[in-house]
Amino acid sequence: MSAAPDHRPTFAAVSLSDRIGKAMPYLLIPLLVVVGFFAIGSSSSWLTLTVSGLAMGMMIFIMASGLTLVFGLMDVINFGHGAFISVGAFVGITVLLALSGWTGVPSLALNVAAVILAALAAMLATGVLGWAFERVIVRPVYGAHLKQILVTVGGLIVIEQLIHVFWGPDEIFLTRPETLKGAFTFWGAAIEKFRLLAVVFGLALFAAMLLVLKRTRIGLIVRAGVQNGEMVQALGYRLKLVFIGVFIAGSALAGLGGVMWGLYQEVITAGMGAEMMILVFIVVIIGGLGSVEGAFIGALMVGLLQNYIAFLEPKLALISNIGLMTAILMWRPQGMLPVVKAK
Amino acid sequence: MLNLLSGDRPRSIILTLILLAILIALALAPFLFPGVRSLETAARICIFIVLAASYDLLLGYTGIVSFAHTMFFGMGAYGVALASTHMGRGYDALIVGSLGGAVLAAILALGIGLFSLRVRAIFFAMITLAVASAVAVLVSQMSWLTGGEDGLNYLIPRELTPAFRFGEAFGVKLTGKLVNYYVIFGFSLVLFLLLLRIVNSPFGRVLQAIRENDFRAEAIGYRVVWYRTAATCLSAAIAALAGSLFAIWLRYVGPDTTLSFEIMLDILLMVVIGGMGTIYGAVLGATIFVLAQNYLQNLMGVASEATGSIPVLHELLSPDRWLLWLGVLFILSVYFFPSGIVGRLRAGR
Repeated sequence: MSAAPDHRPTFAAVSLSDRIGKAMPYLLIPLLVVVGFFAIGSSSSWLTLTVSGLAMGMMIFIMASGLTLVFGLMDVINFGHGAFISVGAFVGITVLLALSGWTGVPSLALNVAAVILAALAAMLATGVLGWAFERVIVRPVYGAHLKQILVTVGGLIVIEQLIHVFWGPDEIFLTRPETLKGAFTFWGAAIEKFRLLAVVFGLALFAAMLLVLKRTRIGLIVRAGVQNGEMVQALGYRLKLVFIGVFIAGSALAGLGGVMWGLYQEVITAGMGAEMMILVFIVVIIGGLGSVEGAFIGALMVGLLQNYIAFLEPKLALISNIGLMTAILMWRPQGMLPVVKAK
Repeated sequence: MLNLLSGDRPRSIILTLILLAILIALALAPFLFPGVRSLETAARICIFIVLAASYDLLLGYTGIVSFAHTMFFGMGAYGVALASTHMGRGYDALIVGSLGGAVLAAILALGIGLFSLRVRAIFFAMITLAVASAVAVLVSQMSWLTGGEDGLNYLIPRELTPAFRFGEAFGVKLTGKLVNYYVIFGFSLVLFLLLLRIVNSPFGRVLQAIRENDFRAEAIGYRVVWYRTAATCLSAAIAALAGSLFAIWLRYVGPDTTLSFEIMLDILLMVVIGGMGTIYGAVLGATIFVLAQNYLQNLMGVASEATGSIPVLHELLSPDRWLLWLGVLFILSVYFFPSGIVGRLRAGR
């Protein structure tokens, strides 16, 4: 019998810095909010800015979630995602304008019903459009990034121009439904009702999404597909089908985000999707491609930072997002919570 | 002659004839097609050939998609504009502005490249899109420096402006505008031949290897990141020089004419329709595109008038919707003619 090997195993607890490092992405949002509080000084403006930053972040997250999952699942980068945002906004707002009898009266039930109908119409339209887009534009170019980028940019141009054909070249102004107009005061801070609604709605949606992804069978397949698609296919699941489902859901969510953004800005243009895409890409990159939680954290950071900086130093607000992206990528070149292994 | 083309012949009789026709038409444009508008078109074609060719170095040869090419183009243009505004009218301002713009563009490209190409090439497309849009907004906001949305008007040496006259030849008045055109034409030709030289050098060969299989290129021993970054910097510098030429020609820069996303799409369309990975494709793509931009809209106006009674078709054919048809053409050409017109012509030899 030989003697035990000569080395002595040591037990070391995970050091504090390692633990903080792991949890850091989740801590960034509270950290940012606290730093914002001290930088701004006045608690009422801080509260207003925080709510509007969170509202903006939630809406960006709704638009970005589909994109990041689509990339994670099938390695497809869709530059045409912005087109769904615009189409969703135009369809939704058209429905809302048609229901002006419901939105003009100060009745909460009718107003909310109109908004929900508009959102459903927009999601239906963009879902169908997403399905067609996947079929016609994306499917022939699986696995070729260069062609994907080119073709989806082409799709973006065509859809944007078609919006001009059907809705005319001008932007459309709208007013929010009666009960969602205006603001209320809370601790001396003016908080717009719609923004609060957007925050609540975004949180609910995020929770629902996590529930689906983490607690259901289909969510399990989606997450497994993001981590290792080939293995999932080898186990007998038709990942392509799952992917199409995720693509449609992602497109519908982009349409929903478009309606909310239109209501938030009270004006919609055909180019709004392409403009939002820039923020969406920043969010997806800093969150880590393929990660829904990462996109959520990224979106909130972008929203909060933009609002804080616009208050503190308006000139810098334009480049705050680029600065944030640079800082995050210096810290974690793959994004905060990368899921997809570098391909 | 073959030395000038760096041994990369068009390799198709029809292509050779088309290229020669374009070269002759551009070289003699002021005499063949007198008139302000056609000279404007010819100068624009020269400049966009260089711009599209420099983009082809990235897209077609290295296989990188960048959305910041107009940013570099704009940097060159604003370089000339700012130098001419602050140093006064003179050739020294033009030279300092052009070179300054090109160097700055290359440095910025180096920064972006090191940042995003290090991780994965697909980041590059998204990051360039974000950076370019931020720069475009920044330029339109910093009105104390850049003139904001209004842009900058400035003076260039008198010999390059229409005010300078020196006689008449073949029934065409010889003015400074003509001199200016030949400056643009000459520099565009030199830059184009330089690009042809670059892509046919051993360096260009490595870029193609990276495009085909970056993993393998790395395994053979080429530093892929280094080559990709170098290609980005080169193409940025040449795009900036094209921008300088544009600024010298227009005597005006503004965010819409030099930095807008529409121009980026135009360049993409030119390169893809002409043929990716063949510098000659840029010549065809730019020529067709600029001609279409200037004359197709008239044609569509006529078609739209003719179909005035049919509601949706009328809208679809309206001259403002020409980008729609180019978008469709773009998608179709990526699917069916990935090597563009040049590839088709070469295959059908």
